[in-house]
Amino acid sequence: MKILVCISKTPDTTTKISFVDGNTKFNYEKVQLIINPYDEWYALVRALELKEKGLAAQVSVINVGLADSDAIIRKALAIGGDDAVRVNAEPTDAFFVADQIAQYAINEKYDAVFLGKETIDYNGSQVGGMVAGIMDVPFISLASKFELNGNVATAERDISGGKETIEVTAPFVISCSKGMAEARIPNMRGIMAARTKPIKVIEPNATEKLTSVKNYELPIEKAGCKMIAADNVEELVRLLHEEAKVI
Amino acid sequence: MSVLVYVEATDGKFKKPSFEAITYGAKVAAMLNVEIHALCIGEVSDDELKSLGNYGANKIWFVKDERLKNFDPLVYAKVITQVESQTNSDVLVLIQNFNGKAIAPILSARLKAGLISGAVDLPLMSGDSFTVKKNVFSGKAIANYEMHSAKKIIALTSNSIAPVATENKATVQEIKIELTDADFKLKVKEVVKASCKISLADAEIVVSAGRGMKGPENWGMIEEMANILGAATACSRPVADINWRPHGEHVGQTGLTVRPNLYIAIGISGAIQHLAGVNGSKVMVVINKDAEAPFFKAADYGIVGDVFEVVPKLNEAFKKFKSGN
Repeated sequence: MKILVCISKTPDTTTKISFVDGNTKFNYEKVQLIINPYDEWYALVRALELKEKGLAAQVSVINVGLADSDAIIRKALAIGGDDAVRVNAEPTDAFFVADQIAQYAINEKYDAVFLGKETIDYNGSQVGGMVAGIMDVPFISLASKFELNGNVATAERDISGGKETIEVTAPFVISCSKGMAEARIPNMRGIMAARTKPIKVIEPNATEKLTSVKNYELPIEKAGCKMIAADNVEELVRLLHEEAKVI
Repeated sequence: MSVLVYVEATDGKFKKPSFEAITYGAKVAAMLNVEIHALCIGEVSDDELKSLGNYGANKIWFVKDERLKNFDPLVYAKVITQVESQTNSDVLVLIQNFNGKAIAPILSARLKAGLISGAVDLPLMSGDSFTVKKNVFSGKAIANYEMHSAKKIIALTSNSIAPVATENKATVQEIKIELTDADFKLKVKEVVKASCKISLADAEIVVSAGRGMKGPENWGMIEEMANILGAATACSRPVADINWRPHGEHVGQTGLTVRPNLYIAIGISGAIQHLAGVNGSKVMVVINKDAEAPFFKAADYGIVGDVFEVVPKLNEAFKKFKSGN
């Protein structure tokens, strides 16, 4: 089985969010960029575990981004990816990204596409389902467990009101959430090996733009926290009922 | 042209997120001066389907097919695209829950329709373009998204709009869908219903606790508070990581994002990653022994004190309040 793992470049989870150019662009200054945690911790590591067990022959990494993505791609290779491809374009919207990934997966005959359940910047949960829609293959959404037996996958995933265990034959797309695998830290050997692993750069397909961000806003600052004495909890109950009107 | 809202019933009953989605769809339809259709897949009584009309739906369609009993996003998307075509709908509204997150992007790819997942407000319309607000950076910012495509899909975040009941009569009708056995590529082996009574993602009140609880054996008082208030329970990431609580309860940047009306944080310091998952909450209460805990800066009401003293007293006060109402 050939697995394609999609990685997205996101700001580190501790980033203080701000915007520039009249709140139309994210302020990347002094921001550390990382592999989207869901892509790295769950999708990539689970794919690598399958390879280590002899269940997958190849784990490739794909990113849609400009040359500043190379650092996170190298990290994915240091963790254990075999090779990588970068689609040389600014990731403008989810459909654009999904179309690039889907076309590459079809052309290169990948059996499975792995990615995180969402990115921590745009929180769309869109790319996985779109890739499945374009490829017309089953979509294992929000999976927390995944096992492979030849070409047949068994997965547990979140559905409204519970969990569902499903069985599906490759090809498929899977979006990974917590529980799939444990995060790994690349070791020195992996980092050295990653230096010589290939990163192929390809040009994007023309794809229509379905959405764009007009501008951003920051949440309205809270008026301030009203402190209540620890021995006066009845006052909190009263405020929640009469002032906040939430109970 | 019309608006189509896809809703789901749980055990044959519609819950608040469905009524919110219908209300949202009805408001969008009113802005466009078009009809609003509702679609439901599966076994739901006629009366229950009619209840969607109370929130503004003009025509309610249901699909009955034994093979659709279990959830498969690819097949459900196929059903919805057929209904979309038969009802001539250009705007689709779904709920941004686990199933919505799976179906909506497939629909988007199929229909070449722009998708806003996690909308928190009604669209602003200008010509053919919609601008919709959505939370980004895990709740640390809001983006105004523009949709340029002719067809548009909006997946609505729960608790973003209040359901509005209207005097409205709707028709309920079955709609025929063409599906072949080859469409069912996914075999469902088992479905386990969530054990908690109230789903965390949809809960109006969430009681959440963190490392300040000192150990999993102390969660009795947290569950008690949730019971008294009819709330769901949640926890911070460290607590889920050391297996004091199930992963499904973890809220924060890498866990679940919640936006209840009331979020009560007990023994949680309020790291930026945790705040990212909860700061959409309307009212936040923080109880922590450390007056310097960063969570107080984000909170509306705070109590500095030992949780093991404050929480039992607060539970008594909540109980007294509930019995008096």
